[in-house]
Amino acid sequence: MEKLTVGRAIAAGLRKKLADDPTVYLLGEDICDPYGGAFRITRGLSSEFPGRLINAPISEAGVVGVATGMALRGLRPVVEMMFGDFIALAADQLINHAAKFSWMYNGAVSVPLVVRAPMGGRRGYGPTHSQSLERMLLSTPGLRIVAPTPRHDAAALIGAAIDDSNPVVFIEGKLLYAAEQATVSEHYDIAHTHPPYPAAVLNNAAGEQPNVTVVTYGPMLPVVEEAMTAAFNEDEVACEILAPSEIGPLDTALIGESVARTGRLIVAEEGPRSWGWAAEVVARVVERWGDRLVARPVRVAGRDLPLPTARPLEDHVLPGVETVRGAVEKVMLQ
Amino acid sequence: MAICAKIDTYEQMYLIRAFEERIAELFSRGELFGTTHPCIGQEATAVGVVTTLEPTDVVTSTHRGHGHFLAWTGDVQGLMAEIMGRATGVCAGRGGSQHLYAENFYTNGITGGMGAVGTGMALAEKQRASGNIVCSFIGDGALAQGILHEAMNMASLWDAPILYALENNLYAMSTHVRDTLAGGIVPRAGALAIESATVESDDVFDVIAAAEQAVEYVRENSRPYLLELRTYRFCGHSINDERAYRTREEEDEWQRRDPLARLAGALAETERRAIEGRCRARIERAIAAARNAPVQDLGDIGKGLWKS
Repeated sequence: MEKLTVGRAIAAGLRKKLADDPTVYLLGEDICDPYGGAFRITRGLSSEFPGRLINAPISEAGVVGVATGMALRGLRPVVEMMFGDFIALAADQLINHAAKFSWMYNGAVSVPLVVRAPMGGRRGYGPTHSQSLERMLLSTPGLRIVAPTPRHDAAALIGAAIDDSNPVVFIEGKLLYAAEQATVSEHYDIAHTHPPYPAAVLNNAAGEQPNVTVVTYGPMLPVVEEAMTAAFNEDEVACEILAPSEIGPLDTALIGESVARTGRLIVAEEGPRSWGWAAEVVARVVERWGDRLVARPVRVAGRDLPLPTARPLEDHVLPGVETVRGAVEKVMLQ
Repeated sequence: MAICAKIDTYEQMYLIRAFEERIAELFSRGELFGTTHPCIGQEATAVGVVTTLEPTDVVTSTHRGHGHFLAWTGDVQGLMAEIMGRATGVCAGRGGSQHLYAENFYTNGITGGMGAVGTGMALAEKQRASGNIVCSFIGDGALAQGILHEAMNMASLWDAPILYALENNLYAMSTHVRDTLAGGIVPRAGALAIESATVESDDVFDVIAAAEQAVEYVRENSRPYLLELRTYRFCGHSINDERAYRTREEEDEWQRRDPLARLAGALAETERRAIEGRCRARIERAIAAARNAPVQDLGDIGKGLWKS
């Protein structure tokens, strides 16, 4: 049996919504057969659902604007950004249009729009095709930012995003497309909370008290898991890993409850260290649960540099397993 | 043209003119907060185009949208209260002058952006086979935005039933169109295989005649159409504009062709005075009502940000 990857799961979720809801339309560059999208996520769907997938010109701003108009008038459009980096081209439509309409019209309208954005590096695509630009949208009230990991049901998540009455930017870690989706693990007990956008909670303390809370999302989760498995095996550091799928707006309660038990916090993301998601998480925890911390929180993130193309250079800029291990040492030594 | 149509049209145009002039006064007296973009002089394009639409059609508009809004809804009270920041405004004071909503009517303050949104709305109407069309008002300044080219390209490719009603008032803020726009306006549509026409006159009945043809074409063929409407705003871009960038001679020349004054001349004096009195009374009632209305309860400020 073919293994279920995150990419296949997203495709399955799209197929189910196309079959169930005639108002769902997919728009994007090269998404129709035979190409099926730059990452082949939509392959087969245009043949299976004639007329429901629209190959768009290379007009990211225009396509997001058109989809926003469709959403305002009763359809449920899903836009595929070929690369998440191109969301910068559509920023005005997301920030000044899609995110604003419902609120600025005093709640009179809804914008059930989904923009799928393949983000992240480690595939050698270089400075303009590898970034994690979700940070640029996280500070816009009215945009929901959702990111699956292999420990989520990505089909259910994309389905929830399409059913959502609000604009959702769906962050797909490019490296996760080929990663197996599994909600059981030999190293971790895995639980899920907060549907329809659950946080995955991974615990390897086997009923004992975990030593540290590690918060992450999207394509950093496999890196964090590998590092924390090694930390457990080699140094007996037990952890609770929290991977929210709804990274913005963020419900901090789960994180705070975990930190109150462990007293130690690591927050890991792939994007640059400065002005990032991790900074916001740390700030919130310190503000509200700072007195429960026994060690200063540690951020794991990329360097404040553009992403290079050559592999050793990219590896140097992005946070890897060793970076997470270093953070564990730092937080456990205090 | 029957006299009753002239009376009705004059009333709509005069209402817009008087409304905008009153707004300017309220600003100069410090009663209003923020800014506004009046459409004094452009009443014929607003009323002329909107008159040709069906009530189930959809309109998008711009930062300069009071005239379109009043032509579409006649809701003086809702608009006045919105500009005055009251809970009784059409967006409860959240949107203000540039961000207006009514049924099937949407404005936003980003130049050109609603051209794309309107195109998507037209595709949705087509998908529902509603028979409705979208009319997106844009200005000459929007032609400099790449997104409008993107949207018109998609509208043509995908047969969107949309009328781009382009009000060419010659100035993008203070800059003359000759300094911002290479080539012609209508040729842009031609390059995208979009039908188009220019209405040189801003006589409201010339606008109506051209808009009727355009609307019929869009509805019958489910195709986009670009209608360039030559017009002129007698006022500044916003309330903070002394109009230093154009000559009084140029303004006087356009003033002599004022579409409102031209129509006024076709009406009997008593009739005209009665219309004007009615309009001014409506506006004064709206101001009085808004002055007495509360601002939105601060406890409700987050409502509508997230829809369930």
